[in-house]
Amino acid sequence: MTQAPDLPGWAAIFVAILVLAGAGITLIGSLGLLRLKDFYERVHAPTLGTTLGVLLIVLGSMTCFSVLESRLLIHEILIALFVTLTTPVTLMLLGRAALYRDRAAGMATIPSDDSERRPLE
Amino acid sequence: MTTNLILAWALTAAQIMLGLAMGCAAWRMFFGPRAQDRILGLDTFYVNAMLLLLLFGIQTGRIVYFETALIIALLGFVGTVALAKFLMRGEVIE
Repeated sequence: MTQAPDLPGWAAIFVAILVLAGAGITLIGSLGLLRLKDFYERVHAPTLGTTLGVLLIVLGSMTCFSVLESRLLIHEILIALFVTLTTPVTLMLLGRAALYRDRAAGMATIPSDDSERRPLE
Repeated sequence: MTTNLILAWALTAAQIMLGLAMGCAAWRMFFGPRAQDRILGLDTFYVNAMLLLLLFGIQTGRIVYFETALIIALLGFVGTVALAKFLMRGEVIE
């Protein structure tokens, strides 16, 4: 179960730190998804994993493969780019759908619109 | 070779953490009170699975896992957008 590629010392430590930090931040985001009370609060939590978690783990993977093959291998940046670009689109669509459903059902937990309560001066 | 041992244990610990994160997302997917919570859980679930595959790639030193992770990222995005569209409109393609 516990195996690792043959990396030189500094690269091994660097990759270990990046991987642990990325996985920890993703776990915090998913715990937030589990524990927060409302959908409109919950929708913020997993973005920890999709931004910083993906970035750190992809950086670790790029370092690992670049050192292993002793040339620059950065194809993992495709994943980071794609996830960073698509997450806002997805969550905006999902939030809009949730708002529509909650308004149609007449639920009281809809976040209030500040611009209606407090007109611009 | 002590640094490699540290890396091996760090990879295992990170995999366990991502597994727990996938468990949280699965809980939200199965017991989410409303449909949008379930979709959010599914979205988080596939991102965590993709990260887990990247970690397997680092652990074994093989490129195949990267391609799998890329496919999961692509298809997961399309799936979540289609589901959100379905919630909004009641049909996916109008």
